Amino acid sequence: MLKIRDLNVHYGVINALKGVSIDVNQGEIVSLIGANGAGKTTLLHCISGIIKSTSGTIEFENNDITKKNAKDIVAAGITQVPEGRRIFKGMSVEENLLMGAYLRKDKEGIKKDLESVFERFPRLKERLKQNAETLSGGEQQMLAMGRALMANPKILLLDEPSMGLSPLLVKEIFKIIIDINKQGTTILLVEQNAKMALGIANRAYVLETGKIVLSGTGEELSNSDEIKKAYLGG
Amino acid sequence: MNQFLQQLINGISLGSIYALIALGYTMVYGIIKLINFAHGDIYMLGAYVGFIFATKTGMGLVPTLIVSMVFCAILGVVIEMIAYKPLRNATRITALITAIGVSYFLEASTQKIMGTSPRAFPALLPKGLIKLGKVTITYQQVFILTITILLMIALQFIVTKTKIGRAMRAVSTDTDAARLMGIDVNKTISFTFALGSALAGAAGVLVGIYYSSITPLMGLVPGVKAFIAAVFGGIGIIPGAMIGGILIGIIEALVSGYGSSLYKDAVVYVILIIILVVKPAGLLGKNIREKV
Repeated sequence: MLKIRDLNVHYGVINALKGVSIDVNQGEIVSLIGANGAGKTTLLHCISGIIKSTSGTIEFENNDITKKNAKDIVAAGITQVPEGRRIFKGMSVEENLLMGAYLRKDKEGIKKDLESVFERFPRLKERLKQNAETLSGGEQQMLAMGRALMANPKILLLDEPSMGLSPLLVKEIFKIIIDINKQGTTILLVEQNAKMALGIANRAYVLETGKIVLSGTGEELSNSDEIKKAYLGG
Repeated sequence: MNQFLQQLINGISLGSIYALIALGYTMVYGIIKLINFAHGDIYMLGAYVGFIFATKTGMGLVPTLIVSMVFCAILGVVIEMIAYKPLRNATRITALITAIGVSYFLEASTQKIMGTSPRAFPALLPKGLIKLGKVTITYQQVFILTITILLMIALQFIVTKTKIGRAMRAVSTDTDAARLMGIDVNKTISFTFALGSALAGAAGVLVGIYYSSITPLMGLVPGVKAFIAAVFGGIGIIPGAMIGGILIGIIEALVSGYGSSLYKDAVVYVILIIILVVKPAGLLGKNIREKV
């Protein structure tokens, strides 16, 4: 579904991604783990068209989207839940959710998806008219995910959804991710919380200083000695 | 007391015009963090376009307002496209200096084309007075206030209730996140310029009527005052610009009424200094705190 080949990104002289190649197949949960500064967010921003690559290709459903702008990429069915949630402060929960459906014209579909977001995140319905800024960290994460789902994406890119949340909430968020995937949305998950990320992944990649150093099924990587040492604390 | 009420009325009608100009400053600042110093000149051109249209066609207030607003909206978009868009990723000081350059360009071009001497703006509003005890309100003041209030309601509606308005707010809070929603950021910025410039155009016509005289440099002082009004209210915050504009108008009128009109500009500038020292974020501004 998503095919990235030999992707390079430079920030000035810094080579942030060095020939990254990954695949995400329809229906999968693919996790990308790695330390701070490994290039995980850069990769997602590159897929979303926020950052331009210097070389390499990104294909989505057999169409080359490498040079496309952010708007066309969202329209093609790729939506990102950015790191740090990035909800629109000063706007209500409802307005935030509607921003997710910005490119859609099907009023009925939007209404239906809004209902299903409320079903998934009942808290958001309770706080519909509230300023999104006043939500707790966990609620903001749910809002960011709900907002992304409002675009009715084929693939959801999640950037550190567990960041800054209590272990209990992290579990809840991951349960929701599995659930979203079960309902047919493909997931590319970027995480520092390697244990959780590998636990739910069909397949996973390890990114280190801009390079993919390991890949395999979630289980394989969870059991790999290298991963245990570097990412799982033992 | 009568004197106070009289000045209050004068101040509110003048201030509502400052508010119209301040809205453009604040919206543009909110979305691209640029103090558009050419904004005062767009307001001046609004007055000139209104002047030319009204004298040539002899039409009344509403068509003149519409023509002037449409002209300024287009002008705002064109200026943004030519002068500011190429500098989107440049430092803020570069864009600021460019804005000053645009301002001089507009002033000099108008001086060249229209001449430097003042022009008499046609009286598009009926002259007359309403007397309430010892306080007098001119018809012009009533009309000006009504028009500005209608325009502000329209703006508030666009910004809070429409899709493009939501996009404007989204882009101004977080441009990249807005991009991730599929919002066309450039289009949204253009729209913001159009909206702000249209309001400035309306303000130009209203001031032309109020003072019945226009000059190519008329944008300078009101431009700076509207900018102060925007800072006073909290730059980037739309209701802040409305409140700031009206307060600046009232303060000016009171200073002219009770002290001397020679000091009114000085007082406004002192207020700017005080705000910057005491509450740099402005009346409605908040200190931004990150939630983790």
